[in-house]
Amino acid sequence: MFKNKRDLFNLSLLGIFVWLLIASYNSSKRKPESVGELLKDFSWLSDWPKWLDLPLMKWINKWFKALNENFGFIFEAINNFLLAMLMGLKNFLVQAPWPAVIIGVVVLTYFASGKKIKTTVAVGFCTFFIGFLHPRFWDKAIETTSIMLISIFLCLVIGVPIGIWMSRANRVREKILPILDLMQTIPAFVYLIPGIMLFGLGAVPAIIATFIYAVPPLVRLTDLGIRLVDSEVTEAADAFGANKKQKLWGVQIPLALPNIMQGINQCTMMALSMVVIASMIGTRGLGDEVLLGLQQLNVGRAAEAGIAIVLLAIVLDRITQSYGETLQERNAPVKKAKK
Amino acid sequence: MSKIEINNIYKIFGNNPDSVMDMVKGGATKDEVLEQTGHTVGLDNVSLDIEEGETFVCMGLSGSGKSTLIRHLNRLIDPTAGEILIDGENVMSLNPEQLIDFRRHKMSMVFQRFGLFPHKTVMQNVGYGLEMQGKSEDERDKIAMEKIEAVGLNGFENQFPNQLSGGMQQRVGLARALATNSDIMLMDEAFSALDPLIRSDMQKQLMDLQSELKKTIVFITHDLDESLRLGDHIGILNAGKLVQVGTPVDIIMNPADDYVKAFVKDVNRAKVIKAKIIMTNANETNGIDKSNLVKVNEDQFIEEFLPQIVCTNANCEVVDKSGNIKGYITNKELQSSLTKS
Repeated sequence: MFKNKRDLFNLSLLGIFVWLLIASYNSSKRKPESVGELLKDFSWLSDWPKWLDLPLMKWINKWFKALNENFGFIFEAINNFLLAMLMGLKNFLVQAPWPAVIIGVVVLTYFASGKKIKTTVAVGFCTFFIGFLHPRFWDKAIETTSIMLISIFLCLVIGVPIGIWMSRANRVREKILPILDLMQTIPAFVYLIPGIMLFGLGAVPAIIATFIYAVPPLVRLTDLGIRLVDSEVTEAADAFGANKKQKLWGVQIPLALPNIMQGINQCTMMALSMVVIASMIGTRGLGDEVLLGLQQLNVGRAAEAGIAIVLLAIVLDRITQSYGETLQERNAPVKKAKK
Repeated sequence: MSKIEINNIYKIFGNNPDSVMDMVKGGATKDEVLEQTGHTVGLDNVSLDIEEGETFVCMGLSGSGKSTLIRHLNRLIDPTAGEILIDGENVMSLNPEQLIDFRRHKMSMVFQRFGLFPHKTVMQNVGYGLEMQGKSEDERDKIAMEKIEAVGLNGFENQFPNQLSGGMQQRVGLARALATNSDIMLMDEAFSALDPLIRSDMQKQLMDLQSELKKTIVFITHDLDESLRLGDHIGILNAGKLVQVGTPVDIIMNPADDYVKAFVKDVNRAKVIKAKIIMTNANETNGIDKSNLVKVNEDQFIEEFLPQIVCTNANCEVVDKSGNIKGYITNKELQSSLTKS
């Protein structure tokens, strides 16, 4: 009867549309006495009629309530888990003496950047200036960084495997790309609200929101990185009898690493830009200083906090970026031998 | 039993290859199939036998399906129809684990753009096949070092591939293929990306290695000179069809069709034809003037002894390695072999 599956699919879409129209008409309180009236009085064609209203809000709220009541324990568990991780990390960094933290950052940068002195010194000073701007900023910066690190950890654990999966199957890729588009375009507040309702005010909804906001570039770049690995090199791995696991870990991931690192870098930067927004749902950190400045119309205060965020961004960017660059130099395609 | 037997292989690229099989089997050309169905015919009823220990060169222009053909041998590409027997075993019937095992032990491959792992050192690259075979690191390094020496790259074993020149990189590729000690070596336009001088160096090196190792080599190239130099047998592909298979001399002396004729038109025959091919056998030498003779080894190319003959106006006496007289060459044979048809 139907030419192919496509026709059937389109027809079912049409069916769903008609069903939505009828459902919205039936559920509306402002519908006319009877359907017959619509055919006598055509005034509903001039202004958008009140009864032509999809009750999506009601549906979502109902569904969300059911989710909260029936599966609350799952969110409770996630909440406790993330909170425990966050507290552990934060308390460790806050209790450590600040010079030790700065030295830790400097040492990390030194090795990540392939022992570049210039980058290392710059990062050291940036770290120092965060506390130097206002002593209170130091603990807040640590709080912000902890939230970010946990979010980035989530991004890595979930985003990289999804990226790898996408690179292997075009079908998966086709399905996941629109979801990533959705995650990147939907305003952050839209998922902050359910976040608060499921996890309560504070750091955990911020972590979840940051994850949603920051994971798409990591997924995309992991996928891209693996796809960009020279086909002859993967063919060589196949030809010498590498199995899927050996090919992935021995060839594809190492060669995609510069791109994956770029993804982590992007992920970090986006996570940081989420910090100010997250402060609106009561997340403590550098963002609430900006918010405070805004509420008091205190330009200096907002600027100080803003600069601190930028400094933090520079520190995190330099560490992740320079690691990617060191990798890239080694993996660069055929280069003329040095004279 | 041949080492490699390819029987009636078809490969069609597109959304639904099986749907156009009947059309291709019915004799439609590549262009017709493409125009009417949007499918590309990669290989069209190719059958081949490759003997153990020989170098088989598969030649054709780009798009003729030669790279597709070589990838069928280790199943980097699966055929649409047909079978491939290696040592009498049907490669198509291997399950994924058997296929991996087969690739690890039976065949190795050299790639046009080298296909080296940029994040591994030369030593690790050469040892890659051994790593896949599950050999210990010590053993790997020992064998890898031998092969690195065999291709003349000692001292570079701890460099990364991008620190080497193109020719050196391909030596690494060659060493990597040799290291697994597989009987069959597939070489996909292995020397095409190199400049002419280095290419001829590499050809020489391959021939030297081959004279010791006696592997079965399947070599892909678009360069006729290269195929004549390396090949024991040559197969010429055109638009997915195998148009002629034969020894280099066969191909030059008796081209099968206009396509092959056009290919061999400009070949320097003196460079390809050996003395033993054109000589008259020693027992059929009636009336040859034996007063003025030049001694020639049977494996010498015409080019090598031609100047001497022209200068002295002599006839040739063809001898084998131990000095036994095998035959004679006069101006008549020289003339007929060097005249273009």
